[in-house]
Amino acid sequence: MKKKKTYIQESIIQVILALFASISILTTVGIVFSLMFESVIFFNEVSIIEFFTTIRWAPVFDPPSFGVLPLISGTLLIAVLSSMVSLPLGLGSAIYLSEFASSKARKLIKPILELLAGVPSIVYGYFALTFITPLLRTFLPQTEIFNALSASIAVGIMTLPMVASLSEDAMMAVPNSIRQGAYALGSTQLEVSTHVIVPAAFSGIASSFVLAISRAIGETMIVAIAAGQTPSMALNPLGSIQTMTGFMVNMALGDIQQGSIEFKTVFVVGMVLFVITLIMNLIAKKIIARNREVYA
Amino acid sequence: MTIKIKVENLNFYYGSFQALQNINIDIHENRITALIGPSGCGKSTFIKTIDRMYDLIEDTKADGTIAFEGINILDESTDVVELRKRIGMVFQKPNPFPKSISENVLYAVKRHGDQDKKDFPSIIENSLRKASLWDEVKHKLNQSAFSLSGGQQQRLCIARTLATKPDIILMDEPTSALDPIATSKIEELLQELKKEYTVIIVTHSMQQAARISDYTAFFLNGELIEFGETKEMFTAPRDKRTEDYITGRYG
Ligand SMILES: Nc1ncnc2c1ncn2[C@@H]1O[C@H](COP(=O)(O)OP(=O)(O)OP(=O)(O)O)[C@@H](O)[C@H]1O
Ligand SMILES: [Mg+2]
Repeated sequence: MKKKKTYIQESIIQVILALFASISILTTVGIVFSLMFESVIFFNEVSIIEFFTTIRWAPVFDPPSFGVLPLISGTLLIAVLSSMVSLPLGLGSAIYLSEFASSKARKLIKPILELLAGVPSIVYGYFALTFITPLLRTFLPQTEIFNALSASIAVGIMTLPMVASLSEDAMMAVPNSIRQGAYALGSTQLEVSTHVIVPAAFSGIASSFVLAISRAIGETMIVAIAAGQTPSMALNPLGSIQTMTGFMVNMALGDIQQGSIEFKTVFVVGMVLFVITLIMNLIAKKIIARNREVYA
Repeated sequence: MTIKIKVENLNFYYGSFQALQNINIDIHENRITALIGPSGCGKSTFIKTIDRMYDLIEDTKADGTIAFEGINILDESTDVVELRKRIGMVFQKPNPFPKSISENVLYAVKRHGDQDKKDFPSIIENSLRKASLWDEVKHKLNQSAFSLSGGQQQRLCIARTLATKPDIILMDEPTSALDPIATSKIEELLQELKKEYTVIIVTHSMQQAARISDYTAFFLNGELIEFGETKEMFTAPRDKRTEDYITGRYG
């Protein structure tokens, strides 16, 4: 028996790869740490109870008021309204592509969807402001120039391709043998899609949904351009609102002093955003773990 | 003897490739017909024509007649959804749905919506009993079908098909993925099933065909070489090629 060789090159590569992996971990830790650090200082000056329970957000006013709920409700409004566009249309497109479309139609439609996914969000933002809003205003004259609905529709269109393509992947991953089994029992195409394939691909579809909602929550450009700058609890789709991301962009554009309380609001709002997205991701993980079917 | 299905001058094409050539065959009611022949000879293709499963494959074409209860199955106007309720199919590899055992049995019943909800428990029990699976699963009907063994899954697929009350059951090598014990269970089951159903089964095992079938059809390169009573074919084949194949001298 030969003596075990030591593979020096392999060890070097291992170290380098570990270094790469640790860079991303360190960055994440750094971001979380700085968010937490500034948040803790912030909550030394502002009561955490005021922050989470009062309903007026006016950090740069005199006297300032730090109720974050209007920003959260603005964000949720965008998330809910945009989901009403992206989830049904995305799932519908996925079902069409995976179960109904001929291979010819699929070859035509998929690149178009991918194109849609590649459009920068600033373009969607101006599209919302200069096309969707005027359109809404012809039907609903009470619509404000900046409004949640227009931004939501744009966010919905932007996240639609992601839902469509991830859901389609999940549905295509369901083995053909299962499809054939359903057809052989006398199912229509629609029954196979809705009663067999969609449930079988549920974990993938659900995670695409959560991802789309996460994207909507984190979307910045579109809401900064089209949704307005008015923190509001009204949940009025036709009115101007402000989201957490929208607020953060605004602050970055204005001239605020580093270290000031206004400056720290950016971090604390960022922290809230981070926690919400983290929770969404954990939910997605749970759903996937519980519903994953392993196909032999 | 009643003829359940009469196949006349059946040709089948995958694109420009002709996979079946002028097939003529009578399928007898309440009998088991075995289809044998070397790999690629067209056995699976033939049973796919009977329940129009080839519709799922792009660029396929069939001509001729498959007469079944006064209609030609191959006609454009045939309601394939109705047809497949009457003609069930069991596949080579067990393909249960990723649902519970009882949901698998009830799937088609629920879709077709012609049965009372309060009959569901008895439908589940009867179908599973007929597929001789009931005793093994009666205490875990709500567990995922994927928790069953391969042989159990295959019997579940049979139960799922029986629940739709078909007239005819097509089986494409239903035991090829199973061990000898699971295989003999399904073979016994077939003897029970033929009292109520007409069965067409593809098999690669000469012994199996001889053991279980009443009629045998021997395919070669898309042609039907010989068709007749199993006893006769296995004792006194008319065609030299049949003899070579069943004695294992072929290829
Ligand atoms: N989807 C398809 N597209 C094109 N040709 C096909 C297709 N399916 C089968 N064929 C061809 O048709 C012929 C018959 O195939 P079929 O699957 O019916 O054979 P088989 O007798 O069932 O074989 P096996 O015993 O291996 O299952 C073969 O030459 C095969 O290559
Ligand atoms: Mg085959």
